[in-house]
Amino acid sequence: MATDYATLKKGGFMRQKQKDHFSLRLSVVGGQVDAKQLAAITEVADKFGHGYIHLTSRQGIEIPFIRLEDIDEVKAALAEGGAKPGVCGPRVRTITACQGSEVCPNGCIETEKLARELNDRYFGQELPHKFKFGVTGCQNNCLKAEENDLGVKGGVQVSWQEDKCIQCGVCEKVCREGAVTIADGKVTVDQDKCNYCGRCAFSCPTDAYDTTPGYLVSFGGLFGNHINKGEEMLPFITDKETLFKICDAALSFFKENANAGERFKFTIDRIGKEKLQEKLNEAYDKKR
Amino acid sequence: MEELGFTVDDTVDITDVVCPVTFVKTKVALEELEDGQILDVHLNDGEPVQNVPRSVKDEGHRILKLTDNGDGTYELYVMKVGD
Repeated sequence: MATDYATLKKGGFMRQKQKDHFSLRLSVVGGQVDAKQLAAITEVADKFGHGYIHLTSRQGIEIPFIRLEDIDEVKAALAEGGAKPGVCGPRVRTITACQGSEVCPNGCIETEKLARELNDRYFGQELPHKFKFGVTGCQNNCLKAEENDLGVKGGVQVSWQEDKCIQCGVCEKVCREGAVTIADGKVTVDQDKCNYCGRCAFSCPTDAYDTTPGYLVSFGGLFGNHINKGEEMLPFITDKETLFKICDAALSFFKENANAGERFKFTIDRIGKEKLQEKLNEAYDKKR
Repeated sequence: MEELGFTVDDTVDITDVVCPVTFVKTKVALEELEDGQILDVHLNDGEPVQNVPRSVKDEGHRILKLTDNGDGTYELYVMKVGD
C-alpha cells in the first residue's frame, strides 16, 4: 500500500530525509507542556526515536526518527500521557503564546487562556495555506506578534484617578512614549501617544490608574521566504467576543479569497487591503 | 529644601551602580529598616528611575514621593512595609 504522506503530514508526521522516518510534531498550545506529557514524550523519544526531541521555532516539540511502522504504537503511548500529534500543511497551526499576566509582571492579558480558547476555536481548521496565530502579553512583544498571520498583543487602557494620586511623578518618568505629562497637580495621558504598555499603571505606587485590558491585533505577518511585519488595522479592542469576531472575519476573508498556497499577506495585497478593512470594521463594530 | 512631611531614617546612594545592583542595593538598605521607617534612595535618571520604583512597589513597600534634583538624579522616598 502506498504511504499517504498528505494524511501523515496533516497528523504532524514530517517526512525526514531518511527513508520511512518521520519527525513527529506534537500539539502544544501556548508553549505549555505538563510533566505527564513530558514523561510520555521522553518515553516515546527513547523507545521509538533517537532519544532526543527538537524544540521548534514556534514553541513546538518534534520527536525525530519515528519509523512508519511504529506510528500507531507511538500515538497510543503519547495518548497515555495526554500528548498528541500536531498539524502541518495548509491549516491553522500551533497557537503560540508568552506566559502573560498570570505569571509575568509585565503581562497585560491572560495569554495562556486566550491561546487555549483560540486553539479550541481554530486549531487545525482547513485553509488555502498555513495560518499562524501568536499571542503576546504586552508591548515587550516577547512572542513577536507581528510575525504571525494574525498576531494578538495585550495592552491596557489607562485612566488617571485624581483622588488616589500622590503626585510622585513616577508615571511620567516610566512612560517611554512621552504620553504622560504632569502639570499643576494634574496628570494627562495623551491617548494618541499611548501604546497601552501599562508602565504608568504598573509602577504607580498608589494604583491611581484604572486599567482596562485589551488587544491590539496585527494582520498579514510572515517570516519565511518572504518577510512582512503584520499590520495593526483596528483600534484597541477591549472585549474577547469582538476579538473572536475579528479572528473569524480574518479567517473567512482568507478562506474565501486566497489561492491555494498563498499566505494571508499576499491575499491581502492581491484582493486589496481596503476589502479586508471593510470586513474587519464590520466585525469590530458589531459588538459596540 | 521643600518640606517633605516625613522624616527620613536612612539614605542609600545607587547612582554608582547599574541594574540589577541598583535594586539589590535598595533592597538591602530596606532590609535594615524597621516596618514604617523611611528610606531615601538617591538614583539616576533613565533606567534606574524607570525601574526601581516599580520593583520597590512590587516588593510591597510604599512609595511616598519622587523628587527631581534637576541634575540628572532623583530622590525616591520609600516607606518600608513588612519585616
